[in-house]
Parts: sequence; structure tokens; C-alpha cells
Amino acid sequence: MPVPAKLRVATTSLAGCFGCHMSILDIDERLLALLELIEFDRSPLTDIKHCGPCDIGIIEGGVCNAENVHVLREFRANCKTLIAIGACAINGGLPAQRNHLSVSTILNEVYQTQHGLVGGFIPNDPELPLLLDKVHPIHEVVKIDYFIPGCPPSADAIWKVLTDLLAGKTPELGHGLISYD
Amino acid sequence: MVSQVSTHAGYLDDILARHHHRTNQLLQVLIEAQAHYGYIHTSAIDYLSLQLQLPRAQIEGVASFYSFLYLQPHGDYRVLFSDNITDRMLGNMDLMLSLCKQLWVEPGKISEDGLLFVSTTSCTGMCDQGPALLINNIAINQLTGERINEICVLIRERVPLLEWPAEYFEIADNIRRSDILLGSNFQSGRSLTALLQRGTAETLQQIKVSRLRGRGGAGFSTGMKWELCQAATGREHFVVCNADEGEPGTFKDRVLLNRYADMVFEGMTLCARIIGAKRGFLYLRGEYRYLLEPLLSVLQGRREKNLLGTSILGNNDFNFDIEIHLGAGAYVCGEESALIESLEGHRGTPRNRPPFPVTHGYLNQPTVVNNVETFAATCLIAQNGGAWYAGIGTDTSSGSKILSVSGDCERPGLYEYPFGVTVAQVLSDCGAKDTQAVQISGPSGVCIAAGEFQRRIAFDDIPTAGAFMVFDQSRDMFEVARNFVHFFAHESCGFCTPCRVGTSLLSNMMDKLSQGHGSACDLVEIEKLNLLLQSTSHCGLGHSACNPVLDTIAKFKPAYDIRLTHKEFTPAFDLDSALSQARQMTGRDDAGAHLRECE
Amino acid sequence: MNNPTFTLDGKTIPFTEGQTIIQAAIAASVYIPHLCFNPEFKAHGSCKLCTVKANGRKTASCTAQPQPDMIVESNIQELNDERRALLQMLFVEGNHFCPSCEMSGQCQLQATAYELNMMSPHFDHFFPDRPLDASHPEYLLDFNRCILCSLCVQASRDVDGKNVFALAGRGINSHLIVNASQLAETGFSGDDKAAHVCPVGVILKKRVGFVVPVGQRKYDLLPISALAKGD
Ligand SMILES: Cc1cc2nc3c(=O)[nH]c(=O)nc-3n(C[C@H](O)[C@H](O)[C@H](O)COP(=O)(O)O)c2cc1C
Ligand code: SF4
Ligand code: SF4
Ligand code: SF4
Ligand code: FES
Repeated sequence: MPVPAKLRVATTSLAGCFGCHMSILDIDERLLALLELIEFDRSPLTDIKHCGPCDIGIIEGGVCNAENVHVLREFRANCKTLIAIGACAINGGLPAQRNHLSVSTILNEVYQTQHGLVGGFIPNDPELPLLLDKVHPIHEVVKIDYFIPGCPPSADAIWKVLTDLLAGKTPELGHGLISYD
Repeated sequence: MVSQVSTHAGYLDDILARHHHRTNQLLQVLIEAQAHYGYIHTSAIDYLSLQLQLPRAQIEGVASFYSFLYLQPHGDYRVLFSDNITDRMLGNMDLMLSLCKQLWVEPGKISEDGLLFVSTTSCTGMCDQGPALLINNIAINQLTGERINEICVLIRERVPLLEWPAEYFEIADNIRRSDILLGSNFQSGRSLTALLQRGTAETLQQIKVSRLRGRGGAGFSTGMKWELCQAATGREHFVVCNADEGEPGTFKDRVLLNRYADMVFEGMTLCARIIGAKRGFLYLRGEYRYLLEPLLSVLQGRREKNLLGTSILGNNDFNFDIEIHLGAGAYVCGEESALIESLEGHRGTPRNRPPFPVTHGYLNQPTVVNNVETFAATCLIAQNGGAWYAGIGTDTSSGSKILSVSGDCERPGLYEYPFGVTVAQVLSDCGAKDTQAVQISGPSGVCIAAGEFQRRIAFDDIPTAGAFMVFDQSRDMFEVARNFVHFFAHESCGFCTPCRVGTSLLSNMMDKLSQGHGSACDLVEIEKLNLLLQSTSHCGLGHSACNPVLDTIAKFKPAYDIRLTHKEFTPAFDLDSALSQARQMTGRDDAGAHLRECE
Repeated sequence: MNNPTFTLDGKTIPFTEGQTIIQAAIAASVYIPHLCFNPEFKAHGSCKLCTVKANGRKTASCTAQPQPDMIVESNIQELNDERRALLQMLFVEGNHFCPSCEMSGQCQLQATAYELNMMSPHFDHFFPDRPLDASHPEYLLDFNRCILCSLCVQASRDVDGKNVFALAGRGINSHLIVNASQLAETGFSGDDKAAHVCPVGVILKKRVGFVVPVGQRKYDLLPISALAKGD
């Protein structure tokens, strides 16, 4: 399939650790080949603050607070294809391990009752995003088109999914590439 | 406190002795044990574990399977509102909330003073006289706001149930149309005499000639079932009467057991003679606990007339007796292999089949399981012959069928017709007006829309176990389906993946639509889930759990469409409420502390 | 004398009286996805991963017996799609955060999900909250990963003669319990068969987690289908 213009790609990290972004960079010299085909919109790799119309959006991390929701919605509204990358985006990952605790318990423990804390208070600055009662995988909040599992996924896995997509194929990862850890 | 094992030995020894310390009686022992404190104490489990030589985890595993058994204190009064769609239509939710408000208790929780517990339960089989509830497992029907107010006073004043007004506990039979069965003038012993005169081989032949098919839903040939069981080899053969009647909207077995129990037991005895069984069981759903004593006295009456027990009607080689086992709130135990597991004192999980109960049933021995109505019908055949019976009804469906009619109609109750009656005829007889739909054979059955009312009740058109719930034009068929999906999720036994997880996913999806978070993507998901349930579930419960949704999507699509309010996928949970805890903790309420449903 | 045969995805498979479809397939080194089936135990028939089409009818191959000349289909898209959905159900029902699970790389649930190209759990998560049991000096129980296969129940009862485990609850509230208030009080030991049958990461030996480096773990080396017995 001929690729007429460069595909515009945006990436972001919600409740994630940037590990998946590191893996994207790990594509190494293939990144150069990739850059022949794509250009970046909003991404930690660029300085663009808001996602504009894009062909592909890649999201790392789950949804843990109000700001994550806004960013995720902006991506969904602007990206034709949205890809969840990594365990946290796909099942909540490490941040979701707080889901059996209530937000009140967590805030109390972290800011007030924790051993060694005196006179702590729960920050209420309107600049800070509020926590959701649970951390959700992103597919529970907006429609997601494709997933690249892994914690983080290997550069090879990312490469395989992206090239499958660019070739117009349904991405598939075989043994060795598909991994949840 | 009741923590000492010795405290429990007192009443448990009696119970255990009555059940001969048999492990198969575990469920019965637990039901009786619970009657003492309203729950089963951990020390009671320890004592039972010791006495029955069963691991305590196994006892706990059994007890926790049944809705009516509690392992924690559950209040002195345990009030469970029947939550079939027919109860909903009669306003059960308002009544429950009124009771909760007056008594300061939240649904699903035990009141702080430990006085009462209020919750809902699956259909209690009183749809013709709802709204209904169970209080400490005893039925109260025809609830009104006034009756609820009175009940609140009685509970608050801790009046023992035995002293409550007797009319609360009255249960009507509501027989509206009788035919060959309900209209038969049954006389104890006549069918048995006919059997003894004709001989077992010839009587079995008559059952086959009658083309009688099971009335419990599946419609298997009764003659063939008895013949297969007779031919099967085993240490001992058993007869089991399935009186679990859990399918929402079905209540004909309740009336049969209240008024025609003699006939049902005689049918079981016919079967016993033919297959060579000495022992039989009637598995009575826990909701019909109030029928236990009357049934025991019918059994006693039959023993006194020498129709049950040893040397029946003077035949030395004809010995048969019947025990009654109680269920404890588990619809799946109506499935015959789950029923047998439950009879053996286990969790009511359906078995892997084959082998079937006719060869490997109770204690792995050849067993006939039949519905209450099936057994009663065999008496008619024994007395009047197979050809007579086969001449009634239609080619595929001989004889009569008792329908349990409820919902939007003037005269709910039992209607017996020869097979082949049209839906329209039933609707006209029961005084249904402006009918939108009829759910036939309960949530597991089919939903029939107005254009199809000329269809007939028969195995080759609309087969049914008996439920006939009528919905007029004012009803929302989506809410009907949602109620049924909740029923299946609550009753899934949890054994197999598709039904355990799938019924919960499905009920969450239906709730999502009902709460206004629906979009077209959800409908696609719902249809996919339904197909998966249908094709991979382990038993009939999972297979049919998708029926109400598939039927209503096919026939009442607009009821779904109005709920697909969003163009794009929307989360199942409310994003703004998901921030409420954090808002409360930080004291914030600025614009940034809220999320709108869409942007 | 020739054994009767059936065909499985076009391949002729011999079988003997009493064998189930999956037993015959394993004997012929053909993989049918499965989780609750373990060749050493009586089939439980609960996970439904092993569902095949036998003469067109769907049935669990770990409990169904073949008939001579039966046509059995297993590795077809329709069934693999259903199996993937069943796996996704198991993933969202429990809490399967593989990166922190000692079984990762040797877990049958995970390996089967790889085999069936499960890229995401798809459904909404239930996020169960079942407290861990770390009472035993050598073993840890994480009930949030249990797939209710009952292998540990069978092993403890039938092999160890101990009845340490049992299933409790009903429906979506089904869960595993131990025969005391906690594992340490049950007489459970690391030598028990039950300590070694869990196909997922519930029954875990302490202090040996993550000793095998990533890349060298059981299913890193070969996919579960290549280990036809799938154990
Ligand atoms: C989930 C489920 C629930 C059932 N409940 C009942 C029931 O309450 N009463 C009944 O007679 N049969 C019930 N059945 C059907 C029984 O499995 C069985 O077919 C029937 O008792 C056989 O009796 P029959 O041949 O006289 O109909 C149920 C089946 C399933 C799958
Ligand atoms: S289909 Fe449902 S009720 Fe039947 S075995 Fe499976 S989980 Fe239990
Ligand atoms: S049990 Fe298996 S699937 Fe679950 S977290 Fe552990 S490795 Fe992952
Ligand atoms: S703990 Fe493991 S072996 Fe036991 S039932 Fe759960 S998944 Fe199966
Ligand atoms: S392997 Fe057959 S049902 Fe689980």
C-alpha cells in the first residue's frame, strides 16, 4: 500500500513510568526508518502541548486522575487510531494495585497518619488533578483500537505492531514478542 | 455468647441423630442448625466437622453456596423481598425502601442493633399474589403499604413470628381453569391398584403409549426415561421428584403440592414400582418451606393407608418410601444433576454429563428425576390408559399443561389447557388487555410479541415449563430483560468461566445502559457475550441466560435504542462520582474538581 | 487389532475406550488449549478453554469422549476467538498484574493467553479484593489469581489425604478457602502434591520468586503449544 504523506503520531504517558516511551526509543536505528514514514505531534519527544489531528495516538499508563481523563479524551478526539501501550494502559498495572484501598485511606495514610509525618495536610491546590477512586485501564474510559502488551513491551514488539499497522495488517505478536511482563 | 462448642452440641446432637450422622444429609443438617441462631456459628461448623468427619472447609463450602444459609449473624428477622419482574411491577421496591426507612436499615445490610436484615431474593413463586417476601423463610404475600407499616411495628416490638396475624401467611391456590389434571377427582391408591392389576411392564407400556413428555422444561419422554432407568444396573434405584420450581414466574408446582400432593406421591410410587426403587426423594425449594409439615402429613397418611412403606397394598415385594429434602435458595439446584449433588449434601454444581442420572444419579445409582406435574400426570395415565391421554392435546404434545399466569392481567393464577392452546386464548381467559409481550417459560424461555399471539403452547411451537408472564404496553421490555439478567447473574453457580464471569459482565452491561452510559459499541458487546454464553456454558442456566436479551433485542429494539444515548464509547462508571471521595478529602469543589460525562 | 480413530483438524487420531478427546490428542502430541485439565487428575470441565466442535457440536474436550470417525475441529478461528474471550474473562475476574507475579513465565494462564494472541483483557475489570494468606512459613496464597480449577482441592484430598483446600461461595463470588482460619493451621506442607499443581500464581513458594531470569523461564523458551502436554 503506498503511503502518500507522513503519518502523524502523538504519544503520551498517563499513570505510567515512561518505561514504554523508553522502549519506543529503543527501536534504535529503526527509528530513522520509521521517521521516514511518520512525524510526531504531541509527545515527550516534541514540545507540542496539545494533541492536534493525528493518524495514530500511543498512550502509556492507566487513568488515575482527572487530568489523565482530559488528556485521554483529547487523544481520542484527535487520533484516528488509538493504541494502548504497556501493562498500565492495558490493565492498570502497578498504579491499579491501589484499587483495593479507598482514596480516603490512601490520602490519609500518605499525607496525615504516615509514621514520621507531623502536621501533614492533604493538598487542595486547584492546580493538582484529583484522584479517581480507582485506577482504570484506558479501554474502560475511551475506545481503544490496538494494544501492545508488556511491562514494558520490547522495542521489537512495538516495531512489529507499528509496521503491521503501517502495512495495513491486524497487528499480531508471536511467541517471544507477546509478553505481559 | 454462643461461642462454646458445647453450646452447640446440645441442639446439634439432636439434629445429627435425626439424620443418622449421614454426611449426605449435610445440607439438611445445616438448614436445621441455622434455625437455632438464625445463622450457622463457626463453632457449630467445628462440631459438625468433628461429628460428621468432614473437613470444615467442605462444610463452609457447602453452606456458602446456598443463599438462605448464613455464616455470620444476620439479624433476628431476615426479610427478603421477592424480586421477580412481576413483584417489581407491583411496586416491591417502594415497599422495601419504606420498610428500610421505617426501621433504619439499608438494603443488603444488617441493622446496627442486629434486629433485622433486609434484602431481595429471586422469585419466591408467588407471582399471582405479589408483591411477596420471605421472613425467616416464611412467605408473606399481597404486600401493601399498610401491611408493611404493620410489619414494621411487629418487628420493632420484636413480636415472635408465631404471634403475627395468621392472614399474613395465607397463600391462595388461584386455580382459574381446570382440565384433566386439576379437574380430576383423584382418589388415593386408585392408580396403584390399576398398576398392580395391569402389571409393571404393561403400565410402562401405557406411559410410553401416552407420549407423556416431562413438564419441567426439557420435555424428555417420560416413558423412555423410566425404561432406561429400569434397564440400568445398580445397587439400588431411586426416584426423585423435582420440586425446586425456581424458574421465575412459575408457581404451579406449589399449588400441586398444596392440593394434589397425594397424587404426586402416588406418581412417584408408580415410578418406583416400575424401575424397582425402594427410596424416593422430593426436593422442595426452600421458599416453599411452609409446605413441609403438610407434605409430611400426606406422606404419613399414605403410610397409614399402606400406599407407602413396606408391602404396599399387601405386596411383599413392593416397598417404597419418600423423604423430603429442602433446598436453601439456589435456582441451579433445579437442574437435575445439580439437584442430585444437593441431595447428596454437596454444593449444587451441575455434573459433567454423560453419564446421565438414569444410569448414574443419586449416589451414582440409576435415578429417575421428574417434575412434580409429570408425576401427577402419570397417575392419570395409570388410571385411564395411555391411548386416552395421547388423544388429548396435539400430535407432538399429548395431554395437558398447567400454566402459571401472572403480570398484567385481571385474573392471575393457574390455567390448565390441553396442549395446543394459543397464547391469544390464554390472554383472553386471564383478562389481559393491551398486551405488549408474554414471557413464556420464564427468563430461560421465550419472549413473545404481539404479532405472535396465534402461536401455540406445544413442544414443537412454544415449549414451556409453565410460566406465563404478561406485559402490557406500559411496560419497558428493556427493564424486563435487565431484571432477568440480574437473576441469572445471582443464580449462576460459578462453576464454569463463561457463565460465572459472563452473566456478571452482562448484568453490568445492562446496568450501564440503564444508567445512561450506553452507546452502540455496548450493544455489539452484549450480543457477543450472549453468543459466548450460549455456546460454551456448562449447563442450561448459562445456555439460556442470554435468551431474554437476545429476544428483546430482536423484538423490542427501540427499548434498547433509546438507551444508546452516546455517539462514542462511554465508561460504565460515572467519572464525576469517581472523583467524589477526593473532593471530600480535599474540600475542593472548583471546576477542575469535576468531570463532565462528555467533552 | 486397530484402534478406532477420529480426526482432529484433519489429522487422524487413534483412541482407546474411555479416553477423552483431549487425552487422545495429547497422546498424539496435538495441543488443544486447556487450563483446568491436568493429565494426572480427573477432568473438572470448568474453564471451557478446551471447547471443540465434535461433529459440529461444541463440547469440552476434557470431558467428552470421541466416537469412531468423529470429526473434531479445534484450531479454528471461531473457537480461538471464543477461547480468547474466556481468557479475557479470567483476567478481568482476578487481579493479574503479571510483572509482580512469581509465576510469570511459567504460568499456564499467561502462556495460553500468549498462544491465543490475547493483546488485552478487553472487558471491564472486577478488581477483586481477596486478602493474601502469608501465614505459612514456606508458602504464600494470592487468592486474587485463582481460576477455580480445583486442582489443588483434588490433589490435597485425593493425593495428600489432607483436604487443605475447598471451593466456597457461588457465582461471581466463588472463591478458594483453606481448611482453617489460615494456611499455617492446616497441616499443608511443601511436599504436598497440592503445593505443585496450581496452573497459575496462587500457591507460591516463598523466597524463590524471580530466580529464573526473564528469557529462560519455562514458556520463554517454548510456547505452551509446543509442550503438547501443556503442563
Ligand atoms: C438451570 C435449570 C433449572 C431447572 N429447574 C427446574 C425446576 O425447578 N423444576 C423442574 O422440574 N425442572 C427443572 N429443570 C429441568 C431439570 O433439569 C430436569 O430436566 C427435569 O426435572 C426433568 O423432569 P421432567 O422430565 O419431568 O421434566 C431445570 C433445568 C435447568 C438447566
Ligand atoms: S452454566 Fe452457570 S450454572 Fe451452569 S455450570 Fe456453568 S456457572 Fe454453573
Ligand atoms: S497468575 Fe499468571 S496471568 Fe496471573 S498474574 Fe500471575 S503470571 Fe500473570
Ligand atoms: S489455587 Fe490454583 S489450583 Fe487451586 S483452584 Fe485456584 S487456580 Fe486452581
Ligand atoms: S480444560 Fe476442559 S474445561 Fe478446562
